[in-house]
Amino acid sequence: MADIHTHESDVHDSTYAGLLVNDAHWAFGTDFEDPLAGVDTTVPDGVDPAALAAYCLMLGDDALVLSQRLAEWCSRAPDLEEDIALANMSLDLLGQARLLLARAAAADPDMVPELPDGSPVPPEDRLAFFRDDRHFRNVRLAEVPNGDFAEAVVKVLLFSSWRLALLERLAASRDAVLAAVAAKGVKELAYHRDFAGRWFLTLARGTEESRRRLIAALDGLWPLWPELFESHAVEQVVAEAGIGVDPAEVAAEVEVVLEQVFAASQIDRPTRGALAGVQGLKGRDGRHTEALSRMLAEMQVVARAHPRGQW
Amino acid sequence: MSAVLDRTGTLARAWEVASSVVDPELPMLTLRDLGVLRDISQDEDGTVVAAITPTYSGCPAMATMRDDLVRELQEAGFADARVRVVLSPPWTSDWISPEGRGALATAGISPPGAAPRASGPVALQLLPTRRPVRCPRCGAEEVQLTSEFGSTACKAMYQCRSCLEPFDHVKEI
Repeated sequence: MADIHTHESDVHDSTYAGLLVNDAHWAFGTDFEDPLAGVDTTVPDGVDPAALAAYCLMLGDDALVLSQRLAEWCSRAPDLEEDIALANMSLDLLGQARLLLARAAAADPDMVPELPDGSPVPPEDRLAFFRDDRHFRNVRLAEVPNGDFAEAVVKVLLFSSWRLALLERLAASRDAVLAAVAAKGVKELAYHRDFAGRWFLTLARGTEESRRRLIAALDGLWPLWPELFESHAVEQVVAEAGIGVDPAEVAAEVEVVLEQVFAASQIDRPTRGALAGVQGLKGRDGRHTEALSRMLAEMQVVARAHPRGQW
Repeated sequence: MSAVLDRTGTLARAWEVASSVVDPELPMLTLRDLGVLRDISQDEDGTVVAAITPTYSGCPAMATMRDDLVRELQEAGFADARVRVVLSPPWTSDWISPEGRGALATAGISPPGAAPRASGPVALQLLPTRRPVRCPRCGAEEVQLTSEFGSTACKAMYQCRSCLEPFDHVKEI
């Protein structure tokens, strides 16, 4: 009987063994070193570290969850250019998420899920892969399952218009890390918003079918729009402390941007009302739609199966 | 030789070594040419510390850059060399050196123009970005933007209308 299950050292083993000498790291994360290495993560005076961390988690989860949705588009977009564009935007958001989750973990280490001793998983990946849906603090717009391309365009337009306005103000945060992440994110989100705005216009002025799909997508997502401008208690606390932004403050300027897009596209502002929460609780409170737990199940399954996996 | 002079000599040599490390995705450029290598310093115990900044938040090449820098510095005798990340001020394409721009063009990648100056809220642009881009192969000015997003986060895709070749353009940010 052939000994196909035995595994004896041979020339191939020694080749790969060389790669593992000093360089083994957790197999499933975004990277294997602290993304804030050397960055001063001292919490500013007069700021509650737990509130700062909770706020970073909100902004980080928004980016992480939409990043995952956009990544699901990979190889499925209408053409190669749009496929690459969606993947690029996903990557930008993943980078923002990583820094924000790392900042959250540095400000309040108690919020990081515990793993077995010796686990090589870095704090930001513990937050991404080892929390359940009710511990995620993203707005529900970010978690909506993907529809057609028009739906992706509308979702990115709504999300990036809102987030760009938040980060423009956040660049003046008293927290140096948040200010730096925001200043960088502004440049990225400006591209995302322009991409989505141009496609919105193109689909609105394209064929009868493209316009019909665009309007259907806008109508479908609109009930999740008001949630983006509701002030959560955490957001009010960090805004008062000069380290965060109250989203209610950016509502007017974001509406102006949307009106520009609607006017150029000759699309009426939808009239559907807001999607209610569960007993008043919404995404920022950890109450999500069913779609988030399904998305996380797929996103987290391999990491959870191998919390000590190294390569 | 005084300690001060010795220290300066160490830093100058470390800077020279670090300056020769190339970008993993744009290997025609050094990290210095790209503006990613920001600083070389020494901490209290004399350890050489290289400071790098990401081009984009999600730049997947940061770990490779860090490894390459540490390896080169170690091989040059800076045994404990480490790399720290600086996030502020954010990277701008204006930091790409004249030599770097030349190397990009030679490699068929169109170098960036001047980055937009930030003043007030970013305005929405519903029309394609107009850039004075020339085809890096044939020099023609008739080029067409095919996508604002290219093979890496820092590049847009163009096609030359004259020679019909597609090419990358490093975005102005």
